[in-house]
Amino acid sequence: MQLIKDKQVTQDSWAFIVDDAPLNADFNTVSQARWRKEGADLINRKGALGLRLESDAVVEEIAADLKHFQLIELHIPVFTDGRAFTHARLLRSRFGFTGDIRVSGDFMRDQVFYLSRVGVSSFELNDQDSALEVIASMDDFSVQYQDSVA
Amino acid sequence: MYQYTNKDQTIIDERVTQFRDQTERFLKGEIPDDKYRALRLMNGVYIQTHAPLLRVAGPYGLLSSDQVRKLGSIARDYDKGYCHFTTRQNIQFNWPALERVPDILEELASVQMHAIQTSGNCLRNTTSDQLAGVCKDEIEDPRPYCEIIRQWTILHPEFAYLPRKFKIAVSGAKLDRAATQFHDIGLHLVENEQGVVGFKVFVGGGLGRTPVIGQMIKPFLEKEHLLSYLEAIVRVYNLNGRRDNKYKARIKILVRETGLAEFSQQVDTEWALIKDQLAIPTEHITAMQAQFALPAYQADAAQDTSYAEHLAKDSRFATWVKHNTAEHKIDGYRAVYISLKAPDSPPGDCTDVQLDAIAGLADEYSFGMVRTTHRQNLVLADIKQADLFVLWQKLESLKLATPNIGKATDMICCPGLDYCGLALAGSIGVAKEINESLDSIDYVHDLGDIKINISGCMNGCAHQSVGHIGILGVDKKGEEWYQVTLGGSSENDAAIGDRLGPSVSKEEITPVVVKLLEVYLEQRLNEDEAFLTTYRRVGMNPFKERVYATH
Repeated sequence: MQLIKDKQVTQDSWAFIVDDAPLNADFNTVSQARWRKEGADLINRKGALGLRLESDAVVEEIAADLKHFQLIELHIPVFTDGRAFTHARLLRSRFGFTGDIRVSGDFMRDQVFYLSRVGVSSFELNDQDSALEVIASMDDFSVQYQDSVA
Repeated sequence: MYQYTNKDQTIIDERVTQFRDQTERFLKGEIPDDKYRALRLMNGVYIQTHAPLLRVAGPYGLLSSDQVRKLGSIARDYDKGYCHFTTRQNIQFNWPALERVPDILEELASVQMHAIQTSGNCLRNTTSDQLAGVCKDEIEDPRPYCEIIRQWTILHPEFAYLPRKFKIAVSGAKLDRAATQFHDIGLHLVENEQGVVGFKVFVGGGLGRTPVIGQMIKPFLEKEHLLSYLEAIVRVYNLNGRRDNKYKARIKILVRETGLAEFSQQVDTEWALIKDQLAIPTEHITAMQAQFALPAYQADAAQDTSYAEHLAKDSRFATWVKHNTAEHKIDGYRAVYISLKAPDSPPGDCTDVQLDAIAGLADEYSFGMVRTTHRQNLVLADIKQADLFVLWQKLESLKLATPNIGKATDMICCPGLDYCGLALAGSIGVAKEINESLDSIDYVHDLGDIKINISGCMNGCAHQSVGHIGILGVDKKGEEWYQVTLGGSSENDAAIGDRLGPSVSKEEITPVVVKLLEVYLEQRLNEDEAFLTTYRRVGMNPFKERVYATH
């Protein structure tokens, strides 16, 4: 899978580990359910830890835990679900998360300008996406009215 | 009116480039239908019965003469020679070709117009009072705040994919002419006990399938906190609004299911966290107010005596003045309504020739500005009394002076089955029939102020549920039938109409309306008692009995 991080095409070192599977990589992303259950163990484990948030997540619930994560992955179930835009913005501006905020799932090139603006720093592409075009779309607009977090 | 800066222009130019690219990719098969659908809707493009429909934004209903001229040339070059003014002060073209829409957007951008967020599940065009800045009952001109809100809504990165569409209206006068209580957020400029002007905020109003009157969520909001409070409401909605059922996705359902007290608490909690960082500096408000400074009115306009002479001599002119003009806060001026409700043309439609002429009249008589109204008419807001007679003559020659503003033939009407892919029944045809049955203008005047609204389906684009008489097209075994409601209102006394009874067939709908009007004439206490007042006094029964007696 192609990954764009900070407007560069890059190798994805992270792996999302399904809930009942053992962690096996140096860069593991886990679900919020697993984090709730095994948080203490996960912290003590070697390697970098990422957290996947579904679109119905309440970011306030993980605000105090953010220091344990190098990556927050916002998983978008369908491109019309705009909750991740708010999640990203709150993570960056309200809770001061400085790690990587990634989007995965069903988003489209035509949304990456907005996603960049609310603080998303990496994008998991679908196979048919052209990475260079997606990167170009991050600059669809050169000016804006609202303050941004990015 | 607001003058675009380089930044404003850059944004709409870049939007044209973006949409051109999206449309080209779609036509090449590189974007799937469902995704392009969301993108085109956010540029006002619907796919309709015959062709795409393009909805162009009319920001709070204010247009320059150059913009009106451009609408005329687009109607001529890309459409069938006319456009349609909507209930949200926007402009629609019914026949553009999809591949030419990017060119139309480029033409629009050349006169500082766009179609950004005129549809789709996002923050829509902000609407306002067509008499803003000129009416006598105004607390403060709402337009500077409308423009501040416009800029905040355009390409807002966080709120482009909301659960459902989101509409904001602002009124600055005592009489609400902007139907603010039927918007997702309604703002009324009010003065508090200390004499400070701020906003009374309503939330959760809306029409459509489930009409709901907005509830007051904040009795007084300081101006500087306008955007932070709006942002707090929309953020709570974006996170918590229902996404499982599009008919339950509007904020009105969230407010109802959460309860106003709890919802308000959630908004306040969010608001407290962003209030300071989003405060609007006073200088910014002052600078925006300067953009809407009063035009150079003539101090001696009221000295003119020809107006009184014409009124005395020409009763048709006097009738037009009575029905189609409104008081102005400056002595010697009146605001003129251009009626887009001539008996033989679809309500709200305007031809290229008329558009060009209106632009010329605006330049000659009204400081080069035209306003659109939520009842689908236009306004020239600043007419010297000395110019009224000649203006009336010119409007008459253009078929734009039917003296029926606020009367039975000033119907709000959606495009209906003639154009719209959603419609279940015709609406333009019904309006035409009602017009034909009320062919005597004296009779129309005798009926007094009455609002008849006709929608071709329950999405309710023509606001039938707040019509004094509301007509809703329904499908009954493949036939067009109509559901009638009485007693709705979108003004300060906001109300949702009550159902008259079982729906009636296409053949019956016009006779039914005629009967309702007859009952009103019989029941009213005197000529000063308007339809709505009579209805509220006598109730549904006399109307119901008459309509269904013969069945």
